Amino acid sequence: MDGPASILLDFTLCIGCGACEDACQEEHNLPADPPEDRLDYRNYTVVLKKDDQYYRKMCMHCEEPTCASVCPVAALIKTEEGPVIYHPDKCIGCRYCMMACPFGIPAYEWHKPIPVIRKCIMCNERVSAGKQTACAWVCPVGACRFGPREKMLAIAKRRIAQFPDRYVDYIYGEKEVGGTSVLMLSGTPFEDLGFRMDLGEQALPELTWTVMSKIPNIVITGGILLGGISWIIQRRMDIEKENLSALDEHIKNQEKGGDA
Amino acid sequence: MTSLIAYWQRLSGHRRFAWITAGFIILLGLVLTYRRFFIGLGDVTNLTDEFPWGFWIAFDVVGGVALAAGGFTLCFLVYIFGYHRYHSIVRPTVLTAFLGYILVAVGLLYDLGKYYNIWHPIVMWNPHSVMFEVAWCVILYLTVLFLEFLPVVLEKFNLIAPLRFMQKLTIPIVLMGVILSTLHQSSLGSVFLIVPNKLHPLWYTPILPLLFFLSAVMVGPAIVILESSLSARLFHRGLETPILADLARFLQVALLVYVAVKIQDLFVRGVVGELFTGEYEAYHFMGEMLCLFFAFVILAFRKLRTNQRWLFTAATLVGLGVVYNRMNVAWIGMLRGTGASYYPAWTELATSAFLITVGMVAFYFIAKFFPIFPELEEEHSHA
Ligand code: SF4
Repeated sequence: MDGPASILLDFTLCIGCGACEDACQEEHNLPADPPEDRLDYRNYTVVLKKDDQYYRKMCMHCEEPTCASVCPVAALIKTEEGPVIYHPDKCIGCRYCMMACPFGIPAYEWHKPIPVIRKCIMCNERVSAGKQTACAWVCPVGACRFGPREKMLAIAKRRIAQFPDRYVDYIYGEKEVGGTSVLMLSGTPFEDLGFRMDLGEQALPELTWTVMSKIPNIVITGGILLGGISWIIQRRMDIEKENLSALDEHIKNQEKGGDA
Repeated sequence: MTSLIAYWQRLSGHRRFAWITAGFIILLGLVLTYRRFFIGLGDVTNLTDEFPWGFWIAFDVVGGVALAAGGFTLCFLVYIFGYHRYHSIVRPTVLTAFLGYILVAVGLLYDLGKYYNIWHPIVMWNPHSVMFEVAWCVILYLTVLFLEFLPVVLEKFNLIAPLRFMQKLTIPIVLMGVILSTLHQSSLGSVFLIVPNKLHPLWYTPILPLLFFLSAVMVGPAIVILESSLSARLFHRGLETPILADLARFLQVALLVYVAVKIQDLFVRGVVGELFTGEYEAYHFMGEMLCLFFAFVILAFRKLRTNQRWLFTAATLVGLGVVYNRMNVAWIGMLRGTGASYYPAWTELATSAFLITVGMVAFYFIAKFFPIFPELEEEHSHA
């Protein structure tokens, strides 16, 4: 495939059949009876309905994923093919990824003694074997398409241009937090479907990197500075002590002299 | 056993009550510990996918680290700036910091889903992650605190040669401690830089790391004051009043700096208006600032500052203000942005109380059996 993988969701085409949900459960051996109105540890994607508009929630697979940047042990990483994948063996369970995710996607197994993070991994195995994701493969109406991001973006733009009445003029995921690998088209404004429109175009990892990259500097400058200060002060006190004892000596000698 | 009973009979009513309460909390804590590790986080916490960090992170970890700041402020003053007359309180302060950090680490173990992987950051690196920095700081600083405390143990067992050796290393160790603390305190602020859309604008600011650092520098002397006063009562020792008066001055300056930077930041970001929205965030922000304001008023008057009771009150207020701030950042300020309605379960509160109680009991016994306080040492050698 040319360029990293991506998924284009066209909500206006979705008929709400739920085939993608089922295919996903099966592909990833997820527990039976997942909730139907939200994501949790039992499902990687969910089809919802608002008024007449079906829509889907899933991991957005950011171009610069916040979750991967905050994970202390790199248990979450973005592969070159596009998916953001998870290594449960590395994970320490700090849940910083859940905290940091701007889309609120990662879910946790709160009820287990040894829980792991659960989220869509864009069918990593299938994708690296050159196949489509299970949800894209199974969708009967092409509401979920799989392909290189450039191409999906072009398709999305073309559709909006061709049918301006059918779509709101916005591609969700094109620019959100630096762009995501999942792109969405909708006939209903995205904010009405509960998607955050206030995320901005800056990739969030940059926020911390500006601080983190200064650390070596702080350590070196701080070390030298503090070391220097303590040396100077110590030295001064030593000198003072010497002076004092010299003074003592002097006084003693004088007293001796006086006695004699 | 008989001596234990005799000991019990000699205790005053107050102390008996304290021991019984401690025993009860510890028993309860053990049960909760079992539930946490064998049933799961969901059994003892109110955490949800929308609100994955709760009271344990806000109080035990983020708040706890702030309260352990006494160690580095004091070591800085004594060893780097040569304020050697504070020497007599270095040991108890280092001990508190050491125990405090151990508690933070244990609190973290309770909170981590895969706690047995806690060592992973040592070998699996992600330098982009603030949490990675935090993990390294905790590990390294715990080591440093251990080294700072080691002379006490060596002294107890009269190991002169290693003691000499350790004394030579004092300055480098303290230097490392100060730098690590600086990084660590500020990095806990950096942790929240990644949630600009979730944390309320009263608290979300690009200078969060700076604010966390400054407030740690401020709370350091306050903790030393609190801790000296408390242990003076507990161990019937005299109080180092002139030292405390000095620390009070230092506290006053640090407080002014912190508050000035914090308020200026509100203006620079143009969010002063948020204070007058009548929303709960505004009240919590004012609550945190009020603690500091009252402390400032007390410290401003020489009469009050030099009075033990008032000084104690001021130091308590500063401690409260800082813990309040940490709770606001990690909990209150996150509620609206995440749309969650989290409040801690009683089991979360009880577990935190359990950890703190264990820490205090540990402090009591270590202070009793190791040369922590100079005058008690005399007693030791007389005995
Ligand atoms: S919970 Fe696991 S995957 Fe998420 S940030 Fe922490 S270590 Fe990484």
